[in-house]
Amino acid sequence: MLNFAGQLINLFAAMLLLISFAMLSQRRVLSLINLFALQGLVLAVSTTVVAYSSNQHHLYYSAGLTLLLKVLVLPWILHRLIRKLNVKWDVETMFNIPTTMLVGIVLVVFAFNLAAPISQMAGTITRGTLGIAMACVLLSFLMMITRSKAVPQVIGFLAMENGLFFAATSTSYGMPMVVELGIALDVLIGMFILGIFFFQIRETFDSLDLKHMEKLKED
Amino acid sequence: MTIASTLLPIDVALGAVVCWLLLGLAGLLLQNTMAITRYIFPAGALAALLLAAAALSNLGGDSNVAVLPLGLPDLPFHLRLDALSAFFLLLLGAASVGISLYSAGYFRDMEGSALGLLCFEYHIFLASMALVFMADDAYLFMVAWETMALSSYFLVTTDHHVAQTRRAGFLYLLIAHIGAIAILLSFGVMQGGQGDYTFASMRDAHLNAFWASATFLLALFGFGAKAGILPLHVWLPEAHPAAPSPISAMMSGIMLKTAIYGILRVSFDLLDTPQWWWGALALTLGLLTALYGVLFAAVQTDMKRLLAYSSIENIGIILTGIGLAIVFHSFQKEALAALALTAALYHSFNHAFMKGLLFLGTGSVLHATGERNLGKLGGLIHRMPKLALLVLVGTLALAGLPPLNGFVSEWLLLQAFLLSPGLPHSYLNMLIPIAAAALALAAALAGYVMVKFYGVIFLGQPRGSDVVGQKAFDDVHDVGIWERIGLTWLALGCILLGVFPVFFILHIDFVSQLLVGHTLGVSAAQTGWLWLTPIQPERASYSPLILFVIIIVGVLFTLYGVKKFYHGRLRRGPAWDCGYPEQTARMQDTAEGFGQPIRQIFQLFFGITREVPGPFDKKPHYHGETSDRLWEWCYLPIARLTDKISALTGKLQHGRIHAYLLYSFVTLLALLAFVR
Repeated sequence: MLNFAGQLINLFAAMLLLISFAMLSQRRVLSLINLFALQGLVLAVSTTVVAYSSNQHHLYYSAGLTLLLKVLVLPWILHRLIRKLNVKWDVETMFNIPTTMLVGIVLVVFAFNLAAPISQMAGTITRGTLGIAMACVLLSFLMMITRSKAVPQVIGFLAMENGLFFAATSTSYGMPMVVELGIALDVLIGMFILGIFFFQIRETFDSLDLKHMEKLKED
Repeated sequence: MTIASTLLPIDVALGAVVCWLLLGLAGLLLQNTMAITRYIFPAGALAALLLAAAALSNLGGDSNVAVLPLGLPDLPFHLRLDALSAFFLLLLGAASVGISLYSAGYFRDMEGSALGLLCFEYHIFLASMALVFMADDAYLFMVAWETMALSSYFLVTTDHHVAQTRRAGFLYLLIAHIGAIAILLSFGVMQGGQGDYTFASMRDAHLNAFWASATFLLALFGFGAKAGILPLHVWLPEAHPAAPSPISAMMSGIMLKTAIYGILRVSFDLLDTPQWWWGALALTLGLLTALYGVLFAAVQTDMKRLLAYSSIENIGIILTGIGLAIVFHSFQKEALAALALTAALYHSFNHAFMKGLLFLGTGSVLHATGERNLGKLGGLIHRMPKLALLVLVGTLALAGLPPLNGFVSEWLLLQAFLLSPGLPHSYLNMLIPIAAAALALAAALAGYVMVKFYGVIFLGQPRGSDVVGQKAFDDVHDVGIWERIGLTWLALGCILLGVFPVFFILHIDFVSQLLVGHTLGVSAAQTGWLWLTPIQPERASYSPLILFVIIIVGVLFTLYGVKKFYHGRLRRGPAWDCGYPEQTARMQDTAEGFGQPIRQIFQLFFGITREVPGPFDKKPHYHGETSDRLWEWCYLPIARLTDKISALTGKLQHGRIHAYLLYSFVTLLALLAFVR
């Protein structure tokens, strides 16, 4: 049973990583949001599995919170946003995708290498997945760097939070409930503020492309 | 047991400090010109007198200690009053009596609210200087030191609507802070890793030679920035002219001495074994500073700038004495070390009086004429005879002429040089005569500078025919009563210190006993109080009083002779005009003309820009300016380097969010790789 759960968790972890790569290479904003929602779903399911297998009841709440916030609320807000901003079918020009993927692979190797000593110390069932969690964080960060539009950057930011959440689950069965609630609230509020900024940015620069913000620099 | 016997001198000194703080607050709250000038400044002078009395009474006594329950929790302020502190407190108290009394008259034209603020800063400045002298831990020392720097910064920028004043203030603050950082580092090294910043534990921390040297160099740099030692002197000629004159007098006369106090405290008291090359370094720097200062003083055309450069020169002389004392002390020649140290301390005291007197004198001239430029003054002895007489005392003292005080200290220092052969170091033995010659040159040039200062301001005729500065010559009035009292106090100090040096040196002996463990031994039993004999009577001795009497008798005799033999034979007629059919006031020697020979001889040191009229100019115009070469050699490269580095740093800022994200990303990766 335990072994089966462990295999299951590893499977979900692998899916998370795969979704991270998919987000890294996805050009369409709409698909990006869907991928983000999917990532949230996988995260919620994997957290439930961890909760079930380790008998940590508070992780059920975490999973529920994740489901509610990252699968339903945030994607819904993002969908509304891109509809209102009329960027639903936007296609982004990015850096060369294969190169980005290669860099991503290097990051995954780096993350695994980094996580090896830590996972040996952790006594949890999920310890093998720490490397994946860190890789997810780094890949999301990389995604923020390679995108030039505002909305994908925000999605990258949110995906990074997913990776952190996963890392916490895999090393120490999640953070204390208070911290988790706080982070959830932060993410929600951050989303609102960024949504307002989107409109402001578009009003000022007639575009959501962040390269226009270079004009703000003082010479 | 009476109250008087339980009251330690340190309590009295603290009482004076508290008085100053309260007076400053009262001035700030009152904001009434009349009340501040009539009552608060004279009361400040009384507090100064109290402080001087407390210090004098403790000069020969045991050191008093006090702990104030102020400061941070578990980190109280430690205070201590030993002979060195007492000596400098005496200097502070005695000189500020005169300056405060003078201020009572000088600021009477100032508007109330601005004067309230100035009065507040002025008394804070005084109190913080007293605390610097009394501090017995690095914490209180730095707090007082920074308070002193800040309050004096605000005093310098009293005329903050003038752009040049703001610039001078900024330069001053900048260099003061760089110096303060060096001092802080020096204390940090000196506590030797014990984490205890009281001076007592610093005395016990026996540093090895390397760290002791590092401490000394940091302290010399830090205190040098405040004293104006080459090449950190640039703020002095900017800040002193910008400040109101009593403030200039205070900064030049007293505040520069806090740096001297710091150097003495660190090199003789807190560090236990001085090394000879520290002294050689201080000696060389001191001589360079002295020569540099006096050369620049000789070519100045602004009277306060001239005095500021002269302050640099005097600080150089004091530092020379300290350097020599360190050299002797490190070779265990304690008697000679005591002699050099006495000369340095004596000169510090003298300088407070004579430079204070002269700065106040320029203040009165400025008040009366509204002019600082020497080229537009002249002939003021006719309109301001009392001021002219008092300033003459300061001028002669600063020129180092007997029987005034400047001569005594310079003579002592030269004696120390002349008695020095036999040091166990051949290079040093060669350096000493050169240093003595350089010191003599500086002293002679100081005389030249003072002739220029006095001659151009007071003698001759007003250079703008009937106008002097911004006023008609006939409208210029002599100084008021308060100013005169203040000036007289300082002038009397100059005379007494000059005529009765033996009494004063007996007091300095307590300090040299503390610092080098030897006194000058000017014992009244040996040669009597009349004669000042530094080492042995057969080598050299000096009796100012006898000289004074001889000078007075000589002058009277000559005067009598002239009256007697030439009386009635004086014939006034048109002079042989020598090709000058008309002689006007503008034909007098100007400040610039007077400095011309020096400028020619030492051309290398000056950056000179001149506009000379051509032979056919209808309106011939001459303009000359002398600038400090060190500014372009030393400071501009640093400024350019800073600019360049900040431009490079600016390149990091693209304004592109991706780039910023990339920076954090790379930093994150590097840190992760690092902690692994």
